[in-house]
Amino acid sequence: MNAMLKPDSVEPLVTDAVPAASPPARRPRRPLAANGAARVRKQVSATVMKIVAPLVGAAFLVLVWQLITINNAQFPTPAVTLDEAVKLFSDPFYRKGPNDQGIGWNLLASLQRVGVGFGLAALVGIPLGFLIGRVQFVGAMFGPIISLLKPVSPLAWLPIGLLVFKSANPAAIWSIFICSIWPMIINTAVGVQRVPQDYMNVARVLNLSEWKVLTKILLPSALPYILTGVRLSIGTAWLVIVAAEMLTGGVGIGFWVWDEWNNLNVPHIIIAIAAIGMVGLLLEQALMALARAFTYEQVSN
Amino acid sequence: MDESRFIDIEGVEMIFHTKKGVFHALREIDLKVAKGEFITLIGHSGCGKSTLLNLVAGLLEPSDGVLLCANREIAGPSPERSVVFQNHSLLPWLTCYENIHLGVERVFGKTESRKQLRERTLQALALVGLSQAESKRPNEISGGMKQRVGIARALAMAPKVLLMDEPFGALDALTRAHLQDELLKIVAATQSTVVMVTHDVDEAVLLSDRIVMMTNGPAATIGEIVNVQLERPRDRVALAADSRYMAYRTTVLEFLYRKQAHPAQAA
Repeated sequence: MNAMLKPDSVEPLVTDAVPAASPPARRPRRPLAANGAARVRKQVSATVMKIVAPLVGAAFLVLVWQLITINNAQFPTPAVTLDEAVKLFSDPFYRKGPNDQGIGWNLLASLQRVGVGFGLAALVGIPLGFLIGRVQFVGAMFGPIISLLKPVSPLAWLPIGLLVFKSANPAAIWSIFICSIWPMIINTAVGVQRVPQDYMNVARVLNLSEWKVLTKILLPSALPYILTGVRLSIGTAWLVIVAAEMLTGGVGIGFWVWDEWNNLNVPHIIIAIAAIGMVGLLLEQALMALARAFTYEQVSN
Repeated sequence: MDESRFIDIEGVEMIFHTKKGVFHALREIDLKVAKGEFITLIGHSGCGKSTLLNLVAGLLEPSDGVLLCANREIAGPSPERSVVFQNHSLLPWLTCYENIHLGVERVFGKTESRKQLRERTLQALALVGLSQAESKRPNEISGGMKQRVGIARALAMAPKVLLMDEPFGALDALTRAHLQDELLKIVAATQSTVVMVTHDVDEAVLLSDRIVMMTNGPAATIGEIVNVQLERPRDRVALAADSRYMAYRTTVLEFLYRKQAHPAQAA
C-alpha cells in the first residue's frame, strides 16, 4: 500500500510545482507538436499528389476504355491488351523476315533514324544558328527563308527526299533532319543574341580572340537556349518519324503500327501508342536533366 | 611623356542617336588625369558620368573631341584600361581563378610561361584576400566577394588605368566601407591611376585626389573640381572628425544639392 501510495502522493506535488516553472519549457512544445502534425499532413498531401492522383488518373483511363469496349466488340479490352503486351515484350527482339520483327527492333530502328537525322541537323543547325546570331548580315540573309520554311510540315519534304536519295530510308531521315533543324537554328541564334551585353563588354575590355569569345562566353551563355532547341527538335522528330515510316515502310515503329492496322491487330496498335509515348517521355526527361546541368545564374543588367 | 597628362580628354562631345531622337549627353569635356592619380566622377544620375567612363574605356566612341591615354588615341577597349563593372560581370560558368586567368592569359600569354600566368592569377586573388575562393563559382560567393574578384580581374592585367563604374554601389554600407579600405591599400601598393564613378559623397572624399563634379544632363559637363589635399594613408574614423574632411564634404554636397539641385526637383 505504501509503495502504491507513494507515487500518487508525489505526483500531485510535482504537477503543482510544475506550472510555475515549466510554462517556458512547455510552451514551445505545443507549436512543435502542431508543426509535426502539419508536417505529416503536408507529407501525406504530397504523396497523394505524387502517387495517388496519377494512379486515380490511370484507373479512370482504364475505366473509360473498358466502358468503350462494352458496346464495341472490335475494340480490345484492357485485359486482352495487357495479355498481348506481356507476350510482345517477353520477346521484343525476334526476327522472322524483313516485315516481321520484334517491337524492340522496330523501336530501335525508329530511334536510329531519329538519331541520324537529328544528329545531322545539330551539326548543321547549331553552327548556322551561331552565325545567324553573331553576324547581322547572315541573320538578315537567312531570316526570311527560315520564316517561310519553318511552318511547312516535314512530310511535305518526303517526296523531295525520295527524289534525291531514291530510297525510303534516307528519305525518312531527311524528313527528320528538316523538322529538327528549325528549332535548333532559331534557339541557338536567339541564345547568341541574348548574351548579356555585360559579358560582351568583358570580352571587349579583355580583348578576347573570337575563338575565346565563342568558347568562353557565347557557347556557355547560349547553351541553355541551344538545349531547349535540342529538346524541341527531338520531340518533333519523334512525332514525325511515326508518320514518315507509315509512308516509307521498312522496319520502324511507324510502319509497325500501319502493318498491324492492315492485320487488324488493334491491341498491338494500342501497345505501340503506349510504347511511343514512353520513349518520347524518356527522351524529354533525359534532355531536361541535361539542360538543368548546364544552366547558370546570369548577370542581370 | 608628360606625366600630368596621362589621360588627356579634350573637347569631347557625346551625342546619342536613339529611336526617340537625338540626345546630347556630354558637351565640352576637358580633363587631364596625372599618372598615379585617383579621380572620382560624381553627379546626379543621368549626368553622363558612366558615359564619360565608357569613353575612356573605349567602349564608346566620342561624337567629337579627342581622348588620349599615354599619348595614344583611345581607339576601342584595351586591357591597358581595365574596367571594374558595376555588377561585377563575372562569367558564372568559370571559377574565380578562371575568371581572372582569362584576362591574364590574354595580356601575358605570349610572353610568359604557364607557371608565371598561374602565379599572376593567384597573386591577384591574394591581393583582394580571396585565395580560399580560388575554385568557387561566382554564385557560391557573396556580392562583396564577387566585386573583389572583379577588381582582381582588372588588376591582374597590370593595367595602366583602372576604371571603376560604381563598383560598390550594389553593396551594403559595411561591406562597402571594407572594400573602400582595401581599395585604398591596393592602390597605394600598385600606384595605379584610377578613374571611378560614384554617387557617394563620402566615398569620393575618402578615396580621391580630385573630385570631378558634373552638372546635370542633358549636355552635361564638368562643373567644378575639388582638390582633396588629405595626406595618405587615410583613415576613415580619424577623418570623420577632421575639419578639412568636413569642408570637402560640404563643398561637394553644396554643389550637388544647391548649385545642381536634383533634375527631378528642378523640373
